[in-house]
Amino acid sequence: MTGVENLLWLIPAFPLAGVAINGLFGRKLGDRVVSVIGPGVVGTAFVLAAASFVALRSMPSTDRLLQQTLYNWLPAGEFSASIGFQLDPLSMTMVLVVTGVGFLIHLYSVGYMHGDGGYARYFAFLNLFTFAMLLLVMADNFLLLFVGWEGVGLCSYLLIGFWFEDRSKADAGKKAFIVNRIGDFGFLIGIFLIFWTFGSVAFADVLPEAATRLTLGGDLAFWICLFLFVGAVGKSAQIPLFVWLPDAMAGPTPVSALIHAATMVTAGVYMVARSHALYEMAPQVLALVAGIGAATALFAATIGIVQNDIKKVLAYSTISQLGYMFMGVGVAAFSAGIFHLVTHAFFKAVLFLGAGSVIHALHGEQDMRTMGGLKSKLPITYWTMLAATLAIAGVPPLAGFVSKDEILWRTWDGGHTVLWVIGFITAGLTAAYMFRLFFLTFHGSFRGTKDQWEHAHESPLSMTIPLMILGALSVVGGWIGLPAALGQPLGGIANRFEGWLAPVFEAGEHAAHEPHAIPPIEYGLMTASVAVATLGILVAYWTYLRSPDLPSRIVARSRGVYALLNGKYFVDELYDFLIVRPFYALSRFAWRFIDDGLIDGLGVGGTGALVKRGSRIVSRWETGYVQGYAMAFFGGVFAILAYYYLFR
Amino acid sequence: MVGPAHYITLSAVLFTIGVIGVLTRKNAIIVFMAIEIMLNAANLALVTFAMTIGDVAGLIMVLLVMAVAAAEAAVGLAIIVAMFRHRETVNIEAFNVLRG
Repeated sequence: MTGVENLLWLIPAFPLAGVAINGLFGRKLGDRVVSVIGPGVVGTAFVLAAASFVALRSMPSTDRLLQQTLYNWLPAGEFSASIGFQLDPLSMTMVLVVTGVGFLIHLYSVGYMHGDGGYARYFAFLNLFTFAMLLLVMADNFLLLFVGWEGVGLCSYLLIGFWFEDRSKADAGKKAFIVNRIGDFGFLIGIFLIFWTFGSVAFADVLPEAATRLTLGGDLAFWICLFLFVGAVGKSAQIPLFVWLPDAMAGPTPVSALIHAATMVTAGVYMVARSHALYEMAPQVLALVAGIGAATALFAATIGIVQNDIKKVLAYSTISQLGYMFMGVGVAAFSAGIFHLVTHAFFKAVLFLGAGSVIHALHGEQDMRTMGGLKSKLPITYWTMLAATLAIAGVPPLAGFVSKDEILWRTWDGGHTVLWVIGFITAGLTAAYMFRLFFLTFHGSFRGTKDQWEHAHESPLSMTIPLMILGALSVVGGWIGLPAALGQPLGGIANRFEGWLAPVFEAGEHAAHEPHAIPPIEYGLMTASVAVATLGILVAYWTYLRSPDLPSRIVARSRGVYALLNGKYFVDELYDFLIVRPFYALSRFAWRFIDDGLIDGLGVGGTGALVKRGSRIVSRWETGYVQGYAMAFFGGVFAILAYYYLFR
Repeated sequence: MVGPAHYITLSAVLFTIGVIGVLTRKNAIIVFMAIEIMLNAANLALVTFAMTIGDVAGLIMVLLVMAVAAAEAAVGLAIIVAMFRHRETVNIEAFNVLRG
């Protein structure tokens, strides 16, 4: 406690300063200065975060909490919300991921966005995103969290539609924003319910009180958690609100890596984990979370296997992996879910940045059918992508294996066998579609034009250095949370990640960080998931390298299934039919009939016409002849006099 | 014996002549003169009542009306001159540009 808590505000303040500088003066300062300030402010925030981490580590594990309240933001009668920050192990983990991975992606953007007309604008948005995301994870109350939540949504919109001259990209941005609004609406209702129940929105007032104010499995707990989860479903692209994420790939690739893979889309998982005290009072909703997570994981993985756009594969893969995270938190394995969030941030960032490097080398080509054999042209990209692909496929001992297996084990351990089976199948599919992407891109022979092949080149250092760092993290990043089943035989290494988060989740986690007997089945399941991953890799190898004509033969044999998968289960078409079209019709009705007809026609126009026509009639009285007026005047006088004379 | 009733009757007759003049004559100067008659009819009534009840306020009022009438004559005749210059006529039926 050396006064660190009074400097918490500096962590989000630096990116905010970056927004101001890049946004207001970026064009005047020139790209060179922007290239320093943009990543620099995030790097500084990371250093500050690391310092806070050290401070937090030095405190006793039970009261690791740094808090700073800047001021009372909304004092309104009973209600009050403050601008206040807090760092507990959970927030700290998120802050480190956001600033650390964020910094590397900012650095990568320097190379990727080089020469773009909106360079300063890009970095202003990216800084703004980092600020909003930090607000989200450092907020000490639900309302400030919601501010950050909306802020990242705004930045997501701005960056998806970054190249807004292209109509389809601008539309993708709007779609992301609108779909997110649906979730945000639910989230907001959840916050209202929380205030209604607890009389406060501060975590410190709400979360410790959850067990006493709510009844286990009660209606109130159910509705609060359900509405909060609706928010998470929107932000984290789960069924049924996942449709915006694949379209969000219209943004620049580093944006996809930072916002739509590593950080923003995981905000839903963070929010559920943050409100775990509430969710533990609503086991039905937790089951729903796990169910939706598992369903999304499988659903997205099956779509991912037939996509041809390299970024679309990664988008569906992200949705699928987010499903895993929700499955994890849904079975009350909160730290496992967060752990997968962290490792996913590493390897998915590499995959996106690597894909960006490939796209960069091929001057904007994203179709994997015209790639192939790029291993020799892009060696650094190749090796880092290999590490990340192995990691996501779940090959031990890489990061993805450790975290995914932890979730699968906790699912099985919690008695959710069906969910485990879904997760298990998804693991195999994940390995298959990721290696399909990998083989199609880097192996075999090049299928693009000769010109493209000759111009293909490895990316500049500013792009490859982040790739290498994140690639290394994809390999070793999982070791911070080695499950006890692996740690104990290796010399009693405890699950340090779980131990680190234990103070936050101790109510929910069943003291799993203490040494206990490892059931042999855990090793069995582990072996099984490695086997299924290997099987997936072999299938991809067989179909895309050994006999490249096999995919088209399979497609020809099962045309219906392929059409279903390639059409993404026609969810977009379904929504178009069920929601978008009726909504358009309704809007058209409101426009043509209510607005043009009733308001403009009858209301505004009608009043005008009435006055105009009426006055035309009345104005006949005004003849312009003075004597006529005088006649009326005297007539009036006589009438009044006559009245008084005769009747009074 | 000539009493107040005679004066008031004369005043009423004069006022009626004025009203009829204003309403019927087309020449602006005649209309103007008719208005003067009406004013003086009112003056006569005021003087009569003032003398009857013995209150000088009525007499002062008459002086005030005369002053106003003088000023009005100056302005009114000027307007009539301007009208004539503009239209070569003082027939008030020619001046109906403010019709609705």
